[in-house]
Amino acid sequence: MEKAIKRYWPVFVLPTLAAFIIGFVWPFIQGLYLSFCKFITIDKASFNGLKNYIFALTEADFLHAFWFTALFTVVSTVCINVAALAIALALTREIKGTNLFRSVYFMPNLIGGIVLGYIWNILLNCALTLMGKPLLSLHAPYGFIGLVILMCWQQIGYMMIIYIAGLQSIPNDYLEAARIDGATESQILWKVKLPNLMPSITICLFLSLTNGFKLFDQNLALTNGDPAHKTEMLALNIYQTFYGRSGPQWKGYGQAKAVLFCILVVAIGLIQLKATRSKEVQQ
Amino acid sequence: MEKKRTLRDNILSGILGILCIAWVYPIFMILFNSLKKETSISTGSAFQLPNSESFAGLANYVNALTSKGFLSALWYSLVITISSVVLILICCSMCAWFITRVNSKVSKALYYLFVFSMVVPFQMLMFTLSATADRLHLSSPYTICIIYLGFGAGLAVFMFCGFMKSIPITIEEAAMIDGCNPIQTFFLVVLPILKPTLISVGILETMWLWNDYLLPYLVLDRTKGYMTIPILIQYFRGSFGKVEMGPMMASIMMNIIPIIIVYLLCQKHIIKGVAAGAVKG
Repeated sequence: MEKAIKRYWPVFVLPTLAAFIIGFVWPFIQGLYLSFCKFITIDKASFNGLKNYIFALTEADFLHAFWFTALFTVVSTVCINVAALAIALALTREIKGTNLFRSVYFMPNLIGGIVLGYIWNILLNCALTLMGKPLLSLHAPYGFIGLVILMCWQQIGYMMIIYIAGLQSIPNDYLEAARIDGATESQILWKVKLPNLMPSITICLFLSLTNGFKLFDQNLALTNGDPAHKTEMLALNIYQTFYGRSGPQWKGYGQAKAVLFCILVVAIGLIQLKATRSKEVQQ
Repeated sequence: MEKKRTLRDNILSGILGILCIAWVYPIFMILFNSLKKETSISTGSAFQLPNSESFAGLANYVNALTSKGFLSALWYSLVITISSVVLILICCSMCAWFITRVNSKVSKALYYLFVFSMVVPFQMLMFTLSATADRLHLSSPYTICIIYLGFGAGLAVFMFCGFMKSIPITIEEAAMIDGCNPIQTFFLVVLPILKPTLISVGILETMWLWNDYLLPYLVLDRTKGYMTIPILIQYFRGSFGKVEMGPMMASIMMNIIPIIIVYLLCQKHIIKGVAAGAVKG
């Protein structure tokens, strides 16, 4: 059977593969090459060595964007996962209105980042005006908090769904056995539920970490990096380097930043996956 | 095991209910602001419900629908989303079947390449990808689905592979022995078994495509007026000195309303799809 399928590879693999080469492999390789070049268009690229990387690693805005993104990712990952897990635990207790709550909490996920950003931009600016505080785009700490709130509002529902699925897949026997042995509720939570939930926790942490680092739309719509690039995250910083400035050197810098960003995201993903996978309970 | 609803559970319900209101409020706020007159919308008064003086009826909606190319943006959004999702579902499920059923180094390498592409951020490709799309004349809403197939293949192939490993191979072998060629086997035997996964992947891809901003923004040829709804909303704010708040809020509502209707209609599938997608991850 394997041989028969193999003969048909142009039908099965070729369409996807061709599109994949156009949409991923080729731009990726070209991007890697261009990160060592000075260029405005792809045809007119001159080799530039490591200059782009040196510039990227010494630019204050880029380093600030890195720390800002890192801090944001850590804070939002913790907030999202703690809240989502708590809600998931509450919703698996069969309390009143479970279905309604689940639907409502999940809803923001369906709305796009740009739209979410504007909704919260209007809402938070109004709240700040009423409190007599400076607007979002004028005070960086508010921008940061705003981003965290927005991200929580959007992502808690998604993670909650994953946690609920995880909790429901724990065999009821485990819980009953623990109860019969006289375990308290908190013991059941820490010793039975959480260890069996490790696969879900792995996925959620992975998703919220990479989502946090890759965040772009929400950042663009909520603060657009104001004031003075202080709330600019990595993705937006790269975008601005590419398209927000004129001059032959900037595209090369942007591409080098993008390569660094890519390495960072891939590395985080790998480390994180390895770290939590090793804690999973054998089933 | 019968469970009695205790006082604690009721308190919990109450807390979650209050949280629910906080969850819905932002959207509700946009809704009532979109019904206000342009002059009555300001940063300080966004929390006030429209009163008889500031109530504008549906004027903002009419304004947004007629003047700023909203309908064409809606059409392009629909075209892009539907064509890309269909293409991704068919091509990626075929590709994933090949990868799981053919045990060679090439198919393994391909699999890991697809997985790798899931993690790579778009910023890495954005410049070169839009240049490539331009050169191959893929920058119209009717051809952008090829770009989406390439860039979105990773997640779809990964999810399909994860599910196909659990389909018993004997069913397919039986079909082959009965004289099906691989194409028939795939479309008549494998695809029907795959239906739940098709729905899950379709939902995840739709959620992404409908809301995607940066890829269409960079790839689509804007000199020909190609825009999707997220681009239009960004355009409302970005390109004018003064933001036209009324039409913008109306556009936001018209972006959200179809999503909410679809969500209410096939909520079960969506939630199942998300959970399934995560388990395979």
